Amino acid sequence: MKALSLLLVSVSLSVQAAQELRFCLRNEPKTFDPALVEDNASETIRYLTGGVLMRLNRLTQELEPELAVSWKVMEGSRAITLHLRENVKFSDGTPFTSDDVAYTFRRLMDPALHSATGDAFRSGEGNLEAIVDGPRKITLRFPEPVAGLDRMFDQAAIVSAHSSNRDAAVLGPFRVKEYKPGAYVVLERNPTYWKRDSAGHTLPYVDAIHLDIQQNREIELLRFERGELQLINTLEPEHFERLSAQVPRSVYDLGPGMNSEFFWFNQSAGAPIAPYKKAWFQSTVFRKAISESINRDDLCRIVYRGHATPAAGPVSPANHQWVNAALKPPPYRPEQALRELAQAGFRFANGTLSDQAGHRIEFTIVTNSGNQARQRACAMMQQDMEKIGIKLNVAMLDFPALLERMNRTLDYDAVLLGLVNVDIDPNMQMNIWLSSSSMHSWNPKQAKPATVWEEEIDRLMRVQASQLDYRKRKAAFDRVQQIAAEQAPIIYLVNKNVLSAVSPVVKGARPVPLTPQTFWNAERMTLDGPGSQSSH
Amino acid sequence: MRNVAIAVLTIIFVVALGADVLSPASYKEQFRQAPNAGPSAQHPLGTDELGRDRLSRLLYGSRISLMLAPAAALLATAIAAGAGATAGFLGGRWERTFLSATDLSLSLPWMLFLMTVRALLPLDVAPAVSIAITFLLLGALGWAGPARIVRAAVVAMRRSEFMLQARGSGSTGFRIVLVHLLPNLKPVLITQFLISIPVFILSEANLGLLGLGVAEPMPSWGSLLRDLERFSEVRSNPWLLAPAVMLVAVVICFQIIARPKDLAT
Repeated sequence: MKALSLLLVSVSLSVQAAQELRFCLRNEPKTFDPALVEDNASETIRYLTGGVLMRLNRLTQELEPELAVSWKVMEGSRAITLHLRENVKFSDGTPFTSDDVAYTFRRLMDPALHSATGDAFRSGEGNLEAIVDGPRKITLRFPEPVAGLDRMFDQAAIVSAHSSNRDAAVLGPFRVKEYKPGAYVVLERNPTYWKRDSAGHTLPYVDAIHLDIQQNREIELLRFERGELQLINTLEPEHFERLSAQVPRSVYDLGPGMNSEFFWFNQSAGAPIAPYKKAWFQSTVFRKAISESINRDDLCRIVYRGHATPAAGPVSPANHQWVNAALKPPPYRPEQALRELAQAGFRFANGTLSDQAGHRIEFTIVTNSGNQARQRACAMMQQDMEKIGIKLNVAMLDFPALLERMNRTLDYDAVLLGLVNVDIDPNMQMNIWLSSSSMHSWNPKQAKPATVWEEEIDRLMRVQASQLDYRKRKAAFDRVQQIAAEQAPIIYLVNKNVLSAVSPVVKGARPVPLTPQTFWNAERMTLDGPGSQSSH
Repeated sequence: MRNVAIAVLTIIFVVALGADVLSPASYKEQFRQAPNAGPSAQHPLGTDELGRDRLSRLLYGSRISLMLAPAAALLATAIAAGAGATAGFLGGRWERTFLSATDLSLSLPWMLFLMTVRALLPLDVAPAVSIAITFLLLGALGWAGPARIVRAAVVAMRRSEFMLQARGSGSTGFRIVLVHLLPNLKPVLITQFLISIPVFILSEANLGLLGLGVAEPMPSWGSLLRDLERFSEVRSNPWLLAPAVMLVAVVICFQIIARPKDLAT
């Protein structure tokens, strides 16, 4: 009888299928090493498997303790002392100590590793100093002050210093169970994960996450509709419309995201373009007139089917902490633009705009091929600019050819691209605003600032980077945004709304505009009802 | 049937050539209050995602695709006929060289070559020049496949009785090629020509992804056919199929016109 009971229990357990959350990676993960992550697919795996000292809460946008229970930033943001959580183990059972933190950061800061995550901490020449003060306390001293130092820890997954199999030892809610290149990655629950919910239950709730590698968005959508996938992190507007008609409870328009679409004119002194064109592009009046000739409302309504917001500047309204809320998107007023151009010496006659020397205003905007939304935006801007007599040509290039022109030959008039912001802190934009930076797109690598306002931006960005006081940093960065709006070196077009889909069978999901939109709290999600169980 | 096909093709060509007069609107005019609209009296095939009249874009696109895709197909077929017939007729080292050249051509990553061409072109290249370069490249690069088929047909003919008879009656190489070989190759060449047309139309659409081809806002059948990539929308918007229907109609008409006289031999 006892044997029969045991058998029944065994059968009952075996038929209770595992709870498996499924969604897609849109590319092959390039690495499972958290220090070397640069692509989205690898970042997804790092987010779900990596344990970090502090985590940015994607909902509140506040930094929260994780493996570090407390911390103190010192020496003008050059050093940080961390007190570590007790009784935490890696997924292979190795205890977590301050040695692991020291090992992780020494490795990240090793120039030979070429870690993008490490680069964010490397503000100057020199070595990291890791002062271990027992197993639960460590001080990290960086070569130079690192602005927004504590927020950077969100991306630094701690790896084991002592584990015999370092690649497999993780501190996050999941660990890699299986990887089939080109097909899928399966993550399973980390049995030693330290976190518990308020009722004391071990997290995560789901047993596994199945990540299908799927580039085709149509197939991803079809599989979601069939219930084979439970999350789509970001949807195209047309797919959002389709899903909202079919499964209205599954789609979320989360409002403006962190990313923006924009273009800039080539103002580089060494660019191989006609001098008269350079004169146009260096004219603030010209740039602002172009900006005012673009109907951003139409771009949002037509290209993004209403799921975008006209952009006011470099910081999206989704970034509550740093956006300069006083700035408004440039109004659409082509007549005013023409008046301003006329005052600056441009002439409008017979539907054609010319400069003082009689050159017809015609330029080419280049963007990356294959992006239909940008292609459509360019077509709409063509029609808008035609109204003020400007002939806009559109050229599509594959990305490497575009980068070659942007960064090396500088042989272009204007470029339309987008910026993906993964961090809300203005320090992440240092490379865009500093005039000496190679990423200072409109006029890169300046020996000294070419204009007074660029000099002012340089100063303000350094001020905000060297301050710890949020209000002082905010004041400086607000002014940077204001100058950017006044001078229009980059013409911001729209902030795309974040569109996501979460199957109604998923409980506990709280999609947010910040990356990763749908699975930032994957450890607290559960599956319910049909479609929640699957096998592979 | 043949007359019907000729009539249909004539109508399509005339309508395409008369796009300026027959189109309800300019191919680039954006009716921004009516994007993605269904068919109406003002827009018989509806509007695209930017509110542009689909019928007008189809007519203007037909003009480009119907003129240039057959031209590119003709170029590819002519190169294939010359190279394939020469190699098949002469045999020996000529044939071996030809086979190596076609193997090389078919195995080379032409996409990289095309990307390099685009990168080297100026950004403000005129649309007409971009279109001409695109179809010239398609014609010049699309010869290898048809050439191998032509060569195989010539090799088969080389041992045929009529060729032996021609040689026996004193005909020399050049006369044999012109008088006996080419007329018998006509069905093969016409078939290759017809097959190449839709292939080149679709290739042009793919080249658009590299920034070559017909640039916005100018339409082509290839760019219009790319709307069908959103296959989930076709069921509810069947008018999206209009360019595909036109393409199929044109190809069928070409085949019907060619078949009775030439393919029956």
